[in-house]
Amino acid sequence: YIHIINKADMAASKGLKILVGCKRVIDYAVKVRVKPDRSGVVTEGVKHSMNPFDEIAVEEAVRMKEKKLAGEAVAISVGPPQSQETLRTALAMGIDRAIHVEIPLAQLEKLQPIHVSKLLAKVCESEKPDLVILGKQAIDDDCNQTGQMLAALLDWPQATFASKIEPSQDSKQLRVTREVDGGLETIDVSVPAVVTSDLRLNEPRYATLPNIMKAKKKPLAKMSPDQLGVDLQPRQEVISVEDPPVRKAGAKVESVEDLVGKLREKGLVK
Amino acid sequence: TVGRSFLCRPVVPYSSVSNAMRRSLSSASPMSGSDASAEPNTDKLFTAEHEAMRSTLRRIIEQDINPYVDEWEAKEIFPAKQLFKKLGNAGLLGVTRPVEYGGLGLDYSYSVALAEEYGRVNCGGVPMAIGVQSDMATPALARFGSHELKEQFLRPSIAGDLVACLGVSEPTAGSDVASIKTTARRDGDDLVINGSKMWITSGMQADWMCLLANTEASVKDPYLSKSLICLPLDLPGVQRARKIRKIGMHSSDTAQLFFENVRVPASYLIGEPGQGFIYQMLQFQEERLFGAAANLLGLELIIQETAEYARQRKAFGQSLLDFQTVHFRLAELLTEVELLRSMVYRATAKYVAGNDVTMLASMAKLKAGRLVREVTDSCLQYWGGMGFTDEVRVSRFYRDGRLLSIGAGADEVMLSIICKYMRTLPKPPKK
Repeated sequence: YIHIINKADMAASKGLKILVGCKRVIDYAVKVRVKPDRSGVVTEGVKHSMNPFDEIAVEEAVRMKEKKLAGEAVAISVGPPQSQETLRTALAMGIDRAIHVEIPLAQLEKLQPIHVSKLLAKVCESEKPDLVILGKQAIDDDCNQTGQMLAALLDWPQATFASKIEPSQDSKQLRVTREVDGGLETIDVSVPAVVTSDLRLNEPRYATLPNIMKAKKKPLAKMSPDQLGVDLQPRQEVISVEDPPVRKAGAKVESVEDLVGKLREKGLVK
Repeated sequence: TVGRSFLCRPVVPYSSVSNAMRRSLSSASPMSGSDASAEPNTDKLFTAEHEAMRSTLRRIIEQDINPYVDEWEAKEIFPAKQLFKKLGNAGLLGVTRPVEYGGLGLDYSYSVALAEEYGRVNCGGVPMAIGVQSDMATPALARFGSHELKEQFLRPSIAGDLVACLGVSEPTAGSDVASIKTTARRDGDDLVINGSKMWITSGMQADWMCLLANTEASVKDPYLSKSLICLPLDLPGVQRARKIRKIGMHSSDTAQLFFENVRVPASYLIGEPGQGFIYQMLQFQEERLFGAAANLLGLELIIQETAEYARQRKAFGQSLLDFQTVHFRLAELLTEVELLRSMVYRATAKYVAGNDVTMLASMAKLKAGRLVREVTDSCLQYWGGMGFTDEVRVSRFYRDGRLLSIGAGADEVMLSIICKYMRTLPKPPKK
């Protein structure tokens, strides 16, 4: 579907409406352990928090509001009941309201980016945001797919791995700097668009204590996948999850000749 | 009175994200259940908001405090003005203070949650000074001070614009507060202050002092002859005589001050004259719970760190940790820490519900002071020679922790209070 907005000067309009995706993941500082039955990792009783790239996305949305580029910022999370805590964090950082698409526990482990992007696409139909900002990837599955899939489903332009977002020269589009293998690429995208945040986009603020208390009063709406009419049938099956191999000790060599000799020994050099 | 002692050593975390994402070093309490961080909160005491506030404080500790601790310990001072402003901006300095003056007006359970998180700081001095700012220098002012006084001293202290200190202890009066000698005598519309104060945390940097002085010359009862006064420290006659060199808490500047005919308006007196001691006594419960709460996390982390050290340290052909005396001892110590935690939470819950918890709070403080000594001493032993050096955190914790049994109510004072509740204190001999 195509959503056409008034292409007038962005600064003059009442600002973009931004939808920000937040995922609840195992905290980055946790030592992750594989379950004994190798079906996944231990999540029970383990500290969870907002995906770090999503924090960056939330921060960017709040900054765009502060710069008056955006008028309203809405956070959305697809996940278990505890995802509400993640949304409260976003609200405490300055987001206006939140939407929780609650996934029953049984279906949670089998949830894939394809499902999430379909759910988000449905929400975009009713919310009609001008800009969707997602973290480039989640630190639990490292998929790096949801943003791209969402843009494809909506037939919107996408600007992934963003390290800078600003109005374009003529203020009618967004100019996004992307971090790519070759360096930095700058593109102009028309809105509505999907942008995914990369590490250097910003440094997220911590929620001040007064804002944490204020967040309690901000609206948080609940939805279900059924209400959105999205089928969560898994298309993949995880066969097993294993620890990465233990890193073997290396050996020190005294000279270049030694090094070449050792490489030859191991058959790594002819 | 000198305040609390906390020390903690963060452990470098595992992370699947690039180095730039590693904010700093912190895993949460790793010993409980799984070796991951904080177990889900099953206590009704703490809500999601408590946890969110702890997360914010944790960020600030990781970004704005821990990277600088070694430097501040070496310099024997930390930049209170700068740091308190950051804390003030985050709303951390007035959690239980009135909303009208910039506080959050929340109950004491929030202070306890934050106190636990301060255990993540790599030394005891900085949390101690923060505790003075947020909890010890301002409770009487917040409760009994006039509106003008609160505007002048409370609001900026909560905002982190002014550094506060508490002036109770003197060279000849620590536990025996009733025998302090500093006077503040009425002269027209002024109070004239003469005397000295000792052991003043942040005394070298503070902008103002909450001073306890004798004001009622005609009153015989030493508990009713004193008043609390807001004293700006840039006035003529105030002399910051020296920074006391201590065996621990190095990053906290501890001062001795002299007052020679220092004049303040009589309106700087907080509440009613003669009530100063009573006012300050009212917050002792909070102060003691805070002292106990603030050490819990640090103790856990030091036990964990000692276990990790002992695991990789080899002696007589095996890992040090494999000697039963070592792993059993660490288990005993962790058991004690969890017991203390339960007591702190129980006392906090009762206090928040409106009960007097003087006995429980005194017990918690007593136990905390002794447990810190026991844990740090035992753990230091397992570090061997390294434990005796400046190169490891356990030795700093050992030094910093020793203060807890002395400051904010010495062990002996706690014991007397408990005996009073047990009705076992001897009656004073008849004259």
